[in-house]
Amino acid sequence: MSKLQILTKGLIKENPTFVLMLGMCPTLGTTTSAINGLGMGVATMFVLVMSNIVISLIKNLIPGKVRIPAFIVVIASFVTVVQLVMEAYLQSLYATLGVFIPLIVVNCIILGRAEAFASKNGVFDSALDGLGIGLGFTCSLTLLGAIREMLGSGSIFGTKFITGDGILIFVLAPGAFIALGYLLVLFNKLTAKLK
Amino acid sequence: MEYIIIIISAIFVNNIVLAQFLGICPFLGVSTRVSTSLGMGAAVTFVMAITSVVAYLLQYYVLVPLGIEYMQTIVFILVIAALVQMVEIILKKVSPALYQALGIFLPLITTNCAVLGIAILLVQKEFNLGESVVYSVATAIGFSLALVLFAGIRERLELEDLPKAMRGIPIALITAGILAMAFMGFSGLV
Repeated sequence: MSKLQILTKGLIKENPTFVLMLGMCPTLGTTTSAINGLGMGVATMFVLVMSNIVISLIKNLIPGKVRIPAFIVVIASFVTVVQLVMEAYLQSLYATLGVFIPLIVVNCIILGRAEAFASKNGVFDSALDGLGIGLGFTCSLTLLGAIREMLGSGSIFGTKFITGDGILIFVLAPGAFIALGYLLVLFNKLTAKLK
Repeated sequence: MEYIIIIISAIFVNNIVLAQFLGICPFLGVSTRVSTSLGMGAAVTFVMAITSVVAYLLQYYVLVPLGIEYMQTIVFILVIAALVQMVEIILKKVSPALYQALGIFLPLITTNCAVLGIAILLVQKEFNLGESVVYSVATAIGFSLALVLFAGIRERLELEDLPKAMRGIPIALITAGILAMAFMGFSGLV
């Protein structure tokens, strides 16, 4: 696999949200607006890249039997870093994302990449892999957030383009399921056509 | 009275799956049969009840006295992972029948964000020990309720003739959305 392929496979071919369907909780829970989706995506991407780098560096030091707990400690450390940084500099975003920031630890995407890629490949490739998958995750979260924000409050990245309210249900819980469901239908339809 | 409010709120109004989006993976993954949903629900209830006690004790007797609250995420996830393993081993020894029923679901629970989520929420909401246990058991019942209801719907859905692009997860998500809408009817109850 070329370097470019490693970087771009997360966008469509192995998109964590639309193809692998991993990390559904933050996908549904944090995408009430485009900016929230973007924030969650970037936070996850940071943890993904950093944990991939560290795990590929220490992969030969970890005994096979305890590798999963060791990976979890590495991931949890970077999540704590994100938590502290966001609490200090991005308080309002931190408050909106709430419990989903510490829950990046149990996001299956990160442990999945650690196990499937970083524990078998070099540092540079692992960093690229983390960046690629992270970008794919960020794009799909921002897209879902943007759609929900447009339909639900008639604005995009906080700029309102209609007067009055939108279809409120889309910023509430049921809208998350429905918007993601129809987005998946569209994605399936398009990829089926490409094949 | 407070307990009743906590219970109704956790099961119906702030249902963990349909309103708080925690534990979506098992919700979409395990909920294809009513019987497996019941098994998963029971296993989650069991683990959550124990986790809530352990999380409470860890937070107020270890992390706070030592002034290392920022270690919460790391400590909680490791303890939960170890706890699930331990529950599995003990159950295998003490009650083989229960182990047979819950066994296959237990390893799945470690990566279930609902369990870690509950541990963190308990601390955020500043519940005492009694409230913590009541809240986490009620939440787990809410989880089981959503899972079983959803499995019942999905068993019927399988027989439907759907467009190809909608089969599987997409229609499941849309159905979950409608179920969530139904649960919104409970808001304002407490």
